[in-house]
Amino acid sequence: MSNFVASVGMEVHAELNTQSKMFCRCPVSFGGEPNTRVCPICMGLPGTLPVPNRKAIELVLKTALALNCTIAMHSIFHRKNYFYPDLPKGYQVSQYGDTNPLGYDGYLEIPGPDGETKRVKIRRVHLEEDTGKLMHLPSGGSGVDYNRAGVPLMEIVTEFPPDITTPDEAKDYLTQLRQTLLYLGVCDGKMEEGSLRCEPNISVRIEGTDKYGTKTELKNLNSFRSVQMGVQFEVRRQIAVIEGGGTVAQETRGWNEQKEASYLMRIKEAENDYRYFPDPDLVPMCFDDEYIESLRATLPELPLAKLRRYENDLGLSTYDAGVIAADLNRVEFFEAAMELGGDPKAVCNWLTGDFAKLLNDQGLMPRESKITAAHIVELTKLIADNTISGKTAKDVFAKAFKDGRMPSEIVKESGATQISDDSVIRNLILDVLNANPEAVTKYKSGQMNVKGFLVGQVMRSSGGRANPEMVQKIVSEELEK
Amino acid sequence: MSISLDEVRHVAKLARLELDETEILSLQGELNALLGHFADIQGIDVSGVAPTSHAVSLQNVWSEDAVGPCLPREKALKNSAMSKAGLFVVPQIIED
Ligand SMILES: [Zn+2]
Repeated sequence: MSNFVASVGMEVHAELNTQSKMFCRCPVSFGGEPNTRVCPICMGLPGTLPVPNRKAIELVLKTALALNCTIAMHSIFHRKNYFYPDLPKGYQVSQYGDTNPLGYDGYLEIPGPDGETKRVKIRRVHLEEDTGKLMHLPSGGSGVDYNRAGVPLMEIVTEFPPDITTPDEAKDYLTQLRQTLLYLGVCDGKMEEGSLRCEPNISVRIEGTDKYGTKTELKNLNSFRSVQMGVQFEVRRQIAVIEGGGTVAQETRGWNEQKEASYLMRIKEAENDYRYFPDPDLVPMCFDDEYIESLRATLPELPLAKLRRYENDLGLSTYDAGVIAADLNRVEFFEAAMELGGDPKAVCNWLTGDFAKLLNDQGLMPRESKITAAHIVELTKLIADNTISGKTAKDVFAKAFKDGRMPSEIVKESGATQISDDSVIRNLILDVLNANPEAVTKYKSGQMNVKGFLVGQVMRSSGGRANPEMVQKIVSEELEK
Repeated sequence: MSISLDEVRHVAKLARLELDETEILSLQGELNALLGHFADIQGIDVSGVAPTSHAVSLQNVWSEDAVGPCLPREKALKNSAMSKAGLFVVPQIIED
């Protein structure tokens, strides 16, 4: 049996965060009554003229810069011609050519499993418009809603031959790309609502051969998990076809989430004949260095750079740094806590532990809760200076989460400060030893494990407030006497 | 440069034109005459001339991202052959 290698190209469509559509000023939003956000321009009525949305162009340029692309200083729109009912004009405005897309020849770096970085080359980042939506009508026929028609759409395509060779890498690429788009604020990244859509193309070939296999394209992937599973399924399916003596057909396949399998949607006969040509209704875009540099200056610190900074400068593990950097809400919280002088590791543990759990239970975003960065920093300081134990801190945090009071206030009121006074702890221990003479005898006869029981009794008698390390130490001292 | 009968049929299909064989033949002649003119143009030396995509000397015409008025739905649907529940209705689409 031969060894196969897979190649995965990624085509990602992202709806841009604009108020209005690409070529008309109809509003952009999700859901709502069909055909209520339409006008003569986005319905392609005769005699109308499109005017490009400046913000959309800017968002694509920013993305292209963040993805290390060359910027097309002179760029035009083309018409991609085909007939389909979700396309009111009979063409989609898009950008054709190798060096005409607003951005080309870039790359995205993704963090690998062992702390290394993998570079995925990007061929193009271009601007186009979304189509309308088709739905089956129970009474027969298809219904068309043009609310989405003309929404600014950015297409990001990886280079061929593809750098991505495994389902995990496909998922990691999409994860990193989505984070980048969210950091840039160009797209809301909601895969389930379709504002971020991913269509991987997959081929396999026998290891050591140069010729790439026939590609199939996968559609209807609505989550990271389905992207990973879909790619995996396709790789296995294609290998099985080849090993069974068959050949892989060039086709578009859909992903069935329930069956966890892909199915044939359509066979691609010839390369589609879209007859691209420059859109005569839209004039060229020309940019100068000054403008491009002014956009570059607005780019935020990007997810991977942030992850590496947390790792290298703040001493977080790759895993922890990744968990924080993956979520802008956490980033905001974490960085506010750092400004207040919080300890990175301790703050990170609360953010990803108890705080995350409570937020998740109540379905809240961090900023919707009563907890601020100041609460977490104060709590970690109370633990660090032994005012309270880690166990007490959990209760204090739960209370603060409920009513928003500062941890120091809660601790003061409940008297739940940690006991670190040697003589107080020693007295507690002597009481416990006196009450459990059999345990003491057992210990002296060599059953050392009984110590754990005695320590537990002391902790209980202190209401959990005794400093655990001191209890351990003094119990040993007293038993050895 | 010349265009074959099959190419005429292909282009007609892409444009959703139903043509009979006589029309295809006559269009082949007309298209070939047109292509002849392009052949003349292709003989001109244009090295060093930047390609142009537009006849007017305008660039960077765009609008700020501000919401404007839409068309009321009754009006939007008014000219459609069929509509239902606020949707344009077209013959059943099989794929997707
Ligand atoms: Zn419109």
